Amino acid sequence: MENISYDLITALPEIVIVCMAMFILLTDLFLKPANRIAIYLLAQVTLLVAAYITFTTHVPSVSYAFTNTFVDDAMADVLKLMIYLGTSLIFIYSRQYLQQRDMFRGEFYALTLFSVVGMMIMVSGQSMLTLYIGLELLSLSLYALVALDRDNAKATEAAMKYFVLGALASGMLLYGMSMIYGMTGSLNIAEISNALIGANQLHSVLILGLVFIVSGLAFKLGAVPFQMWVPDVYEGSPTAMTMLISSVPKLAAFAFVIRLLVQALPSLAIDWQQMLVFMAVLSIIIGNVTAIAQTNLKRMLAYSTISHVGFMMYGLMSASTNGFVYAMFYIVSYVLMTLAGFGMILLLSRKGFEADKIEDLKGLNQRSPWHAFLMLIVMFSMAGIPPTLGFYAKFTVLQAALQAGYLWLVVFAVLMAVIGAFYYLRIIKMMYFDDPVDHNPIAAPIDMRIVLGINSMALLIIGLMPEKLMELCIYAITRSLS
Amino acid sequence: MLNYFSSDYFFSHILSYSIWVPVLAGIAVLFTANDNKPDTTRWVALIGGLAAFLVTIPLYTHFNFADGGFQFQEGFSWIPAFHINYHLGADGIAIPLIMLTSFTTVIVIISAWQVIEKRVAQYMASFLIMSGLMIGVFSALDAILYYVFWEAMLIPMFLVIGIWGGPNRVYATIKFFLYTLLGSLLMLVAFIYLYMNTNSFEIVDFYNYQMPLNVQILIFLAFFAAFAVKIPMWPVHTWLPDAHVEAPTGGSVVLAAIALKLGGYSFLRFAMPIAPDAAHYLSGFMIILSLIAIVYIALVALVQKDMKKLIAYSSISHMGFVTLGFFIFNNLGLEGAIVQMVSHGFISAAMFLCVGVLYDRVHSREIKSYGGVANTMPTFAAFAVLFAMANSGLPGTSGFVGEFMVILGAIQENFWYAFLASFTLIFGAAYTLWMVKRVFYGEIANAKVAALKDLNQREFLILAILAVMVLALGIYPQPLTDMTNASVTQLLSHLMQSKLPVGMPSGL
Repeated sequence: MENISYDLITALPEIVIVCMAMFILLTDLFLKPANRIAIYLLAQVTLLVAAYITFTTHVPSVSYAFTNTFVDDAMADVLKLMIYLGTSLIFIYSRQYLQQRDMFRGEFYALTLFSVVGMMIMVSGQSMLTLYIGLELLSLSLYALVALDRDNAKATEAAMKYFVLGALASGMLLYGMSMIYGMTGSLNIAEISNALIGANQLHSVLILGLVFIVSGLAFKLGAVPFQMWVPDVYEGSPTAMTMLISSVPKLAAFAFVIRLLVQALPSLAIDWQQMLVFMAVLSIIIGNVTAIAQTNLKRMLAYSTISHVGFMMYGLMSASTNGFVYAMFYIVSYVLMTLAGFGMILLLSRKGFEADKIEDLKGLNQRSPWHAFLMLIVMFSMAGIPPTLGFYAKFTVLQAALQAGYLWLVVFAVLMAVIGAFYYLRIIKMMYFDDPVDHNPIAAPIDMRIVLGINSMALLIIGLMPEKLMELCIYAITRSLS
Repeated sequence: MLNYFSSDYFFSHILSYSIWVPVLAGIAVLFTANDNKPDTTRWVALIGGLAAFLVTIPLYTHFNFADGGFQFQEGFSWIPAFHINYHLGADGIAIPLIMLTSFTTVIVIISAWQVIEKRVAQYMASFLIMSGLMIGVFSALDAILYYVFWEAMLIPMFLVIGIWGGPNRVYATIKFFLYTLLGSLLMLVAFIYLYMNTNSFEIVDFYNYQMPLNVQILIFLAFFAAFAVKIPMWPVHTWLPDAHVEAPTGGSVVLAAIALKLGGYSFLRFAMPIAPDAAHYLSGFMIILSLIAIVYIALVALVQKDMKKLIAYSSISHMGFVTLGFFIFNNLGLEGAIVQMVSHGFISAAMFLCVGVLYDRVHSREIKSYGGVANTMPTFAAFAVLFAMANSGLPGTSGFVGEFMVILGAIQENFWYAFLASFTLIFGAAYTLWMVKRVFYGEIANAKVAALKDLNQREFLILAILAVMVLALGIYPQPLTDMTNASVTQLLSHLMQSKLPVGMPSGL
């Protein structure tokens, strides 16, 4: 018999963050605008405390709470720590940007923390209902964050688009879940999995439910053919919000896919594998080819995200433990690269100027060789050129796909990676081969410069020594899936 | 007790030193970046380059000439999760190329002394780092380690052409990068395939892995995609003239002298020993491509108006001899091909430096901008004519030795191969000497030529060193052939053994 205090301890990091988010919202009312830095510090401390709790209460075994609707396993803890880290970086990178645009308010931090809780619940959901609640908490916070700059017409439009399409996707997901529930009589991940063993796997209702679930997941990940929202929302949102949307929630979405497809519906693997193959291939084509035509950096990174999701799916579609490990490695690498990339856009932005066009990077090497070098690492890492982290990310997922026998799909992905390299090279061309148009000095807080430097150099250093990160992913997946 | 500074440690890690001394020197140079005081940067770069060259000398002095296997081996487990090792080692084929690399880097640094004025530190650092990475390619015995060096080397070259290149540099450098990347990624797929079957990335394990012919052919073609682009072989050579024309002098020198050899070397290290049956099966195809490169590209070179483009096409034609030498599968051909690679490293470097000397003064690479240069620059003309003779394969120069050996080897295989290949000796002489005639001889063509000043001491020094090397290798190539002999014999005996599995059905 489980008791309530055990439940509360298992979910302690989530509880701490929720309480602190509400506390921040309240404190904000009593603070003068000049003292708002306190809010920022509080939010950072919250993440630190949550990280401390997650780290110290970690045990390698799996524990369930709240009548088996919530799970704490190795994958959940590792991903949660990554989410704290990513969010903390977002806070550091976005502080000055928000201050200059009058968005440095309690709402940003409270909403972001709520979205973090949403992600954590997605990561730890053991029932379809918990998973769905987590997803909605994340999505609603993000819709509001995109619209935070009320008077910005573009941002409002992006928020509207995001909300309408996001709600549609949630609806589909829920519809699919209801069909699975109807067929298995349970919402619990483990029970669904057991109920489906030996069942007639070709049952059309199950397959139909699966199609809806996969569509909903694909929307959240931004995979083709559900990618339409990605470029518009990325471009329209204020850059700080784009950075948030494009980075850490992908970790949660990855866990979501693992929980729903791998843990709940392993008996339907043959069916969802085919769907993932289809989406992975299309995502890589559309993402890479369309990115070439972009002039807006954020839009280009949006298409780049689509292609990265496609590559990540190469790991998932092999439906092997190795494949999941490599997909996790890919998504973690992707988050690190994306944060560094958007961090650089934020660093180059200043009051009244968004450095979100590709031309804005012109001549960066002459303005600041160090920052140009950091961006060079980020771009080569995204293109998958060794010795950067991005190389190992691509190398491992392609290896998983090859092991699963998809030889020609791997050759195809490799050809697409060459097309992808072109638009990353174009950025490097702007930075190194062109003369600067903009001669303003780069003004950014020192903490941001240092952290961005570490973040970007990490892509190179982990690229040289990927062993530790790989071990972490192996640990997380094998402990949770055994 | 491990003492990193003891001579024992040094001699057991020479290859690591050869790779990392230039890389670290390059990083150190970046810290001296100050365009107001470029001389500090230049001296630091030169000292770094010389140090990097000196640490490769023990590779020759401590070489065991009787051993055809990998020497100076060292290594540790790098990424155990994938069985990837940091495993270095070099045989008689790799070591001449390693020494050529570190030697050329010193030449490039000196040649850039007064020529490069903007962002000196980045220029010097690019070449030093690139030098280390290319030595890494030549000495890696683990496929992924090799691949990392191979790809990483593209990054500095991409920047060198793009930052310091000519007017159309962006097109040229992106073309260069994407062409090479496409080929290399297919090679990576082949590596992963081999890994899945051998559970190792060690090259030696790949050598011992047996495969049916159709698999071997696919593997060979994947390698072919990577290496043929790099060499470059006809018809995937089109990036090279573009890259050469736009690259700064140093970039052209490194491209021609070393980067092309990466492709040639890799055929010997990977494609042929890993898939020997496919190599035999496709040898006719490879020989035809080589002969097209030798004859057809030589004709293309004949009609070039731009000196750099002419030398670029001449490089492709000369590299045709290298691939021809590989795929006739005899000792003479293979050894000739290796001599040709080293010799072409010196000659093409010298030719590009000569064009650089003229370009720095007149700022034109067009042949028609010149005429009668010998009247105003007699010393320079003497060097240029020597290198032109070497390029056309005059006996007594290094250009003769390699080509002659390959032609002798080809005759043993098929008279017509040799017949067609010897044609280049005529065409090669035609396009090179015709260029020399138009540029150096005749009346002084214009006021710019009349105002030319002869070589300065720095230019004299580098051309003199290269001239000595070209003549030395031409008159007494034995130190080089002694070095390669055992390795070539061992490689050939491996190539002659079929790797087809016995009694196994063929099929993927």
